[in-house]
Amino acid sequence: MDSNPSPGRVLGRSVPRLEDRPLLTGRGQFVGDIAFPRQLHMRVVRSPYAHAALRAVDIAAALTAPGVIAVWTGADIAGLPPIDFRDPAAEALRPYRQSLLAQRWLRYVGEPVAAVFATDAYLAEDAADLVTIAADELAPVLAADAPPASYAPGQSTEALVLRASYGEVDTAFASAHAVVALDLTIGRHSGVPIETRGALARYDPSRDVVELYGATKVPHRNRDGLARMLGRSTTAVVLKEGNTGGGFGVRGELYPEDFLVCLAAMRLERPVKWIEDRREHLMAANHSRQQRHHARVAVDAEGRVLALDDEFFLDQGAYVRTHGARVAELTIGMLPGPYRIPAYRAVCHFRLTNRTPAATYRAPGRFEGSFVRERLLDAIADRLGLDRVTVRRRNLITAAEMPFCRPLSVLGTEVIYDSGDYPLLLDKALAHIGWDRLQAELRQRRSAGELVGAGIGIFVEKGGLGPLDGTRVSIDATGAVELVTGGSSVGQGIATAMAQICGDALGVDYRRVRVVLGQTDRIQYGIGAHASRASVMTGSATHAASLRLRVKALEMAASLLQTTPDRLDIVDGVVIHRDRPGGASISLAEIAQHLAPDSPTLGDRDPGLTAEGWFRTAHMTYPYGVQIGVVRVDADTGQVTVERFLIAYDVGRAINPMLVEGQLVGGFVQGLGGALFEEFLYDDRGEPLSVTLADYLMPTVRETPPVEVLVTEDAPSPLNPLGIKGVGEGGITPVGAVIAAAIDEAIGVPGGVTQLPATPQRVKALLRASRNLGSV
Amino acid sequence: MAEAVRLLAELAPHDGRILAGGQSLVPIMAFRLARPAHLIDINTVAGLDVLTVRDEVLHIGARVRHAAFHRLVQDGTLGAMLAAVVRHIAHYPIRFRGTFCGSLAHADPAAEWCLVAVTLDAKLIARSARGKRRFAARDFFQGAMATALAPDELLAETRLAILPADTRFGFEEFSRRAGDYALAMALAVLRIEGGVIAAPRIGVGGAEAMPRRIEAAEAAVSGRRPGESVFREAAAAAAAAIDPIEDAQTNAQYRRELVGAMVYRALTQACMPDGRSRA
Amino acid sequence: MSELANVTLVINGQTYTLQLEPRRTLVDVIREECGLTGTHAGCEHGVCGACTVLLDGDPVRACLMFAVQAQGSAIRTVEGLADGETLHPLQRAFMAHHGLQCGFCTPGFLMLATGVLEREPDISDELLLEVLASNLCRCTGYQGIVAAVRAAAAELRRAEA
Repeated sequence: MDSNPSPGRVLGRSVPRLEDRPLLTGRGQFVGDIAFPRQLHMRVVRSPYAHAALRAVDIAAALTAPGVIAVWTGADIAGLPPIDFRDPAAEALRPYRQSLLAQRWLRYVGEPVAAVFATDAYLAEDAADLVTIAADELAPVLAADAPPASYAPGQSTEALVLRASYGEVDTAFASAHAVVALDLTIGRHSGVPIETRGALARYDPSRDVVELYGATKVPHRNRDGLARMLGRSTTAVVLKEGNTGGGFGVRGELYPEDFLVCLAAMRLERPVKWIEDRREHLMAANHSRQQRHHARVAVDAEGRVLALDDEFFLDQGAYVRTHGARVAELTIGMLPGPYRIPAYRAVCHFRLTNRTPAATYRAPGRFEGSFVRERLLDAIADRLGLDRVTVRRRNLITAAEMPFCRPLSVLGTEVIYDSGDYPLLLDKALAHIGWDRLQAELRQRRSAGELVGAGIGIFVEKGGLGPLDGTRVSIDATGAVELVTGGSSVGQGIATAMAQICGDALGVDYRRVRVVLGQTDRIQYGIGAHASRASVMTGSATHAASLRLRVKALEMAASLLQTTPDRLDIVDGVVIHRDRPGGASISLAEIAQHLAPDSPTLGDRDPGLTAEGWFRTAHMTYPYGVQIGVVRVDADTGQVTVERFLIAYDVGRAINPMLVEGQLVGGFVQGLGGALFEEFLYDDRGEPLSVTLADYLMPTVRETPPVEVLVTEDAPSPLNPLGIKGVGEGGITPVGAVIAAAIDEAIGVPGGVTQLPATPQRVKALLRASRNLGSV
Repeated sequence: MAEAVRLLAELAPHDGRILAGGQSLVPIMAFRLARPAHLIDINTVAGLDVLTVRDEVLHIGARVRHAAFHRLVQDGTLGAMLAAVVRHIAHYPIRFRGTFCGSLAHADPAAEWCLVAVTLDAKLIARSARGKRRFAARDFFQGAMATALAPDELLAETRLAILPADTRFGFEEFSRRAGDYALAMALAVLRIEGGVIAAPRIGVGGAEAMPRRIEAAEAAVSGRRPGESVFREAAAAAAAAIDPIEDAQTNAQYRRELVGAMVYRALTQACMPDGRSRA
Repeated sequence: MSELANVTLVINGQTYTLQLEPRRTLVDVIREECGLTGTHAGCEHGVCGACTVLLDGDPVRACLMFAVQAQGSAIRTVEGLADGETLHPLQRAFMAHHGLQCGFCTPGFLMLATGVLEREPDISDELLLEVLASNLCRCTGYQGIVAAVRAAAAELRRAEA
């Protein structure tokens, strides 16, 4: 068998994307672009109260409004269970799940209370305005770190306490040379894609199938969840993915609206379309990040960490959604990052409040944990009078210690860093930015009166979450190549990346590979796209399937050309003799014809030029990075301007460097938003204040500095044949920490920034306080 | 125009309003916070698009878009100032629809043209079926989003006196991001005669319910030689004089600090050798 | 519900004769009644810019206009940028410089850039960035968009010269 294909032609190259042309010409198919005859539009009526006992929902006026076909309240779905968790979760969390429509309690402003179905979207909204909600307001719970209150009879707002530890933490603290303690807060923010959520369901009675459009992220898991809730077979529910306007973790989890459109399509026997508006999105799509940490670290005289002890409060919002306590788990498991941390204890108080429910957002738990960890490292340096880079170096795990086992479990797998040379990447990053020269420059500028500073952060990410993925590649009698995956596109370019892998392994032009994503009826299993796993899992499965198909093709070709497979190669879809490229050849199309069921040359082979491939893994991959940022602070206004930023990241192997860089820069700008601009604010009655894009501020191009990207492939993952680690979350993780450190240096207040976002008002307050204390 | 005001007279009692640029009104309607039953679209009404200098006065009609000021509409300090200020107004596409007069009629405390109107003592001409009314800018603005216009009146024209040839200006605005509403802004207009500041006008906006000239700041610089300490005094006077808007993102103390900073910078700019804002 | 208005819209040179409620926004009518779904609605309050179209050559936010107001104007949307199958230099540049990921904000950026470059082909880089700050993107971090628009601007200037 020929297991040595020609040297890769596009793998590792920044080839143009297959996805682009339709999107550039306005021919994309986002869920809002799809319309079915007779479709109804759903408009959700949402709670105006943060916390209330629901007494009555008056739909009489809405029912008679023009165009209205139906209006549902909690009574109409009372028999249905609340939305379940996507993965097994602690039993203790079950009472906190959300019903499709509010039943007895209203727990956050924006909670779905009723649903109007009308012939036109404007009419649906008109009718929704006529629905009135009668409720007795209750005091909202808004502080996750205040003593727990009552959530429901017998249920506390502290749903769970998660704990993890290893090593002798208390002994380490008792014998430490120094102890540093910090109180750190990460503000509530989230992904906020430019396309709001939407769902379009259609029921086909002739086949008894419900189809849902607008699916993404984890289509197969969602299909299963929907089927369970609807009481249907998984073969009777089909999710169909089109173009998706960004996911970032928040789009693609099952929300009440997804179930409601499916139910309505079945009960009302018409397609049902729901597109939320931006205000709804900001108060009803998953929030994230809000945590408060009381973190301590014990160190020796050289700044080596002896133990890290962290107690934190996670503001989960009003319900526990499909992720259970995953964000808490990830925070705990990944907080130690790239440092040895010989002893560690983390306790998470997982608390419910009367805010929008929270879940995962790009690098969940790691943006928060990196802020805590890197602030601690900076604090150690400040306390001991050591250089920040030196302190980090002393604590970094080295390449010789790989694979490095952290006695913790995350997402059901042990944390074992597969490979990595953190000190090497640190050196490369410092060299790339010219760290010593930069420091000298900044010192000089500071002495001239400018408030400028630099920050650095080192972090480990995770990718390639298994356990298993599979794909199927086929070539038909015309030579058309189709790669069917259970993956999902959220705009990241996965189709192109998979086509590159397939094309190279198979010997065809990647542009001729049609990649199928997000169609649950085309393949039995699928992992979707999240947790930076698609490149690793779907990529490796694609590689495996393509190689198997290649073997099949060459076996048949060898028989037809009367030679052996090892003497053949496939170039541009044609099988040729390796040493006689101009000689006898046969195209993959012809081979497929020979393998057709009615082919006289089929023999007793299975028909079809098609192969499946699987990739299994027990462990995640761990890409890693170093980021350095330079900021300038305006002394009068507290405004922070990021002047320069470097992202250094080891991805193991880059399938398409252009796409890798796009993920890193995109992630960085979201991180910038979380560091300086984005926050979901509430008043003291639990009323959300950040409900328009004029209140919830995201960076524009003017707020974005020039970003330098250094992608390395120094530590390919040993866990998959291509060495890929994944990149989706690597841009965002340490940005909060890096910018905080840079601000501290700029304003001359070590450890000054303890809260994100570092808004101008907060920075100005730090400046004011430091002047009052006579420093600076 | 006659038909427009006639319609407005008829429909205003039934929740009728003028629609000009729509860049503020339409989002409010999208949120269903305002639900005018009738909109009188003046975008094609003849006679409302005047933009011309006559007898040392710049006339700006109701239909004149922000974008008209991207170029110099007057060859002097006034024109330069309007071109400098307009770059701070929202974003490029908004400026092709939003109107100068519409901005005044909307009276958002953080609107740049409102600050300009008040600082330069603009004259505003309102028209209705009942006739014409004139306002001085300082009497026109009555609170956040509140003006002296009656429901049946259309703000038809704004008039700005051309500034003397040696007038200087400085404009500074602080916002969270480029194009956002100002959290504080200052416009300084003055002359330097015999080495000292003469006829200063210092307007502050975005910090109170309405923009206004701050007499205490003007008094602090009038007749004084331009210089850092003079500007600081004026800044401190302005910061102390305002009744600051407080909200979730900006408390009173911070608002005052911002006002002080903007006034200081606007004065610095105005007194620079070339006398032009480099905003 | 108010009386329907008769409206004729001219989009990418094609005429659409419609009967509409006056309250329907231009973005909704372009997408629904005219079936041109390339223009996207990201916020409906005029902040994100995904709905940007050209109205008589000016970039405007289609979510901030009522469709009836566009009567008599020439509207251009992203579907009208390419010349048949030949992509506009901006479209080619976005592809070459990875100026799009999910593509949802892309039509808005394309029309914004087309509008400003047609009106001001010699615009300075500083002002060009100011203009690009009008629109939001959440995927790309803007780097690819800026590179693409700069490259296309240079190409368009060369073509004019």
